[in-house]
Amino acid sequence: MALDLISLSDFRNHAHSELSGTAHFNLLTGENGAGKTNVLEALSLLAPGRGLRRAPLAELARGEGSGGFAIGASLRDGSGEPVRLGTFVRADRPNRRLVQVNGAEASAASLAEWLAIGWLTPAMDRLFTDSAGGRRRFVDRLALALEPAHARHAARYEAALRERNRLLADDAPPDPVWLDGVERQLAEHGSALAQARGRTIAAIARALAGFPDEPFARPALAHAAGGPTGESDLAAALRDSRRRDRQAGRTLVGPHRDDLDVVMAGKGAPATICSTGEQKAMLIAITLAHAELAARGRPGLLLLDEVAAHLDPLRREALFERLRAGGAQVWLTGTEPAPFAAIAGEAAMWTVEGGTVTRR
Amino acid sequence: MASQEIENLASALARLPGLGPRSARRAVLWLVKRRETALEQLLAAMAEVKDKLVECPVCGNIDTRAPCGICADHRRDARSICVVEDVSDLWALDRAKLFTGKYHVLGGRLSALDGVRPEDLTIGALLERVREGGVDEIVLAMNATLEGQTTAHYIAERLEDLPVRVTQLAHGLPVGGELDYLDEGTLAQALRARRPVG
Ligand SMILES: Nc1ncnc2c1ncn2[C@@H]1O[C@H](COP(=O)(O)OP(=O)(O)O)[C@@H](O)[C@H]1O
Ligand SMILES: [Mg+2]
Ligand SMILES: [Zn+2]
Repeated sequence: MALDLISLSDFRNHAHSELSGTAHFNLLTGENGAGKTNVLEALSLLAPGRGLRRAPLAELARGEGSGGFAIGASLRDGSGEPVRLGTFVRADRPNRRLVQVNGAEASAASLAEWLAIGWLTPAMDRLFTDSAGGRRRFVDRLALALEPAHARHAARYEAALRERNRLLADDAPPDPVWLDGVERQLAEHGSALAQARGRTIAAIARALAGFPDEPFARPALAHAAGGPTGESDLAAALRDSRRRDRQAGRTLVGPHRDDLDVVMAGKGAPATICSTGEQKAMLIAITLAHAELAARGRPGLLLLDEVAAHLDPLRREALFERLRAGGAQVWLTGTEPAPFAAIAGEAAMWTVEGGTVTRR
Repeated sequence: MASQEIENLASALARLPGLGPRSARRAVLWLVKRRETALEQLLAAMAEVKDKLVECPVCGNIDTRAPCGICADHRRDARSICVVEDVSDLWALDRAKLFTGKYHVLGGRLSALDGVRPEDLTIGALLERVREGGVDEIVLAMNATLEGQTTAHYIAERLEDLPVRVTQLAHGLPVGGELDYLDEGTLAQALRARRPVG
């Protein structure tokens, strides 16, 4: 099962690009700024959400184009008729993303019924060393793919947290009954949020536990909860910390303080002190494990932007081997073809240059 | 180019919900052509509403008499009070003719960020209505927003020590204008599925 007959119109720097004759491995090479990541971003928009750059819609239409853009692809599953998936924005309604499935208008959410898309980009390279906020967003994206209700709990929790912090920041002592009302919702949505993160991390950790430590660094994951994860316990913790939180001017307990702890399994070293290449290998491992969990019978798509860069030849080989065995169609990018020699025989390859795509 | 007076009318109409400049211009043209009939009627109807419009001192509904038609209607069950955020919620619920009790309009929802505090709402008046006796049930019909639900919790807690049963719509009211477009079935379901607040 794979995507084929892909077309990008007026998307980023692509006026009109077509990619057909896809394979299990698909490789895009070209200079910096050629438009390789843009192709992956276009594919990532065949899933609900804002794509792999989390970019606003207004940014996506080609600067010199008509103001709208269109992305289309056919999903083949061997036997039956291919399913045509499309997403586009019309010039006269630049803030509305439209979706079509087999020519009929559909919701963006319905794209998830057809495809499970996972990605890894260089922007995520500093995930383990950067702020905990980035890791929470990462875990939330993984959790959302497994549990659709996650987005609502996250939004509600954020809103309730802002209300509580404002109440605590007031000069006058806050109305305790009002605080009760806000904290009930913090507890309800916060516990749902924390538990979904916990389940997601545990499921990925279980999947990773079956992998060998070598040659590909294997991460051990743990959810470092920023507060009690049960609803009534979290409510109690919030009530108990009112005085302290008021002094601090913000809420000190709860899933907005969650973190993802990552340790390299073989070495027992925290990810923060691992080499760039080791960190990259662990990120890849997490991405692959999650992709398999998220697929749940759907065709999978893995978008791996410049993954070969930090890996030595041995680990690159191991990565290709694992990807070869996996069910997902793989999209890779790189500035030159050499690191991909091991898959050159089986991959569909394109050169990207100045927003045009040419089959090699 | 129309005169300043006609422009003024068009720009006032354009601000009405659901209208906008194009529809407003069309409405003005239509009215101008019927200045002796339709324009005259509209003017009279608006003047009458403006003169007589009052906020009901009991429930906060907006009507042309005080107490309002709902509060004055003796066929309605005074033992049951449905609490809503805004008059628009009351009107939408009442148009569906599903709730046979009386209402109480809060005049908004608690929001620390927007600076709406409990004393800015008519919560005190609601407690007073309950304390006066004769009320068995309070139905909290707040919107499904965070602020709406916080307000529902707040009121439920303030009512805790009073001899009244407090229930809440299972999922709150759909937000804002959506309520107007809800079919009766959905509203009926929301009302039937009300549950005790605990
Ligand atoms: N809306 C847009 N219209 C035209 N060009 C764009 C738009 N958005 C981004 N670009 C261009 O796309 C190029 C980056 O493409 P990208 O796919 O990130 O390159 P790479 O091949 O290095 O991955 C930049 O030159 C950028 O100016
Ligand atoms: Mg790139
Ligand atoms: Zn009244």
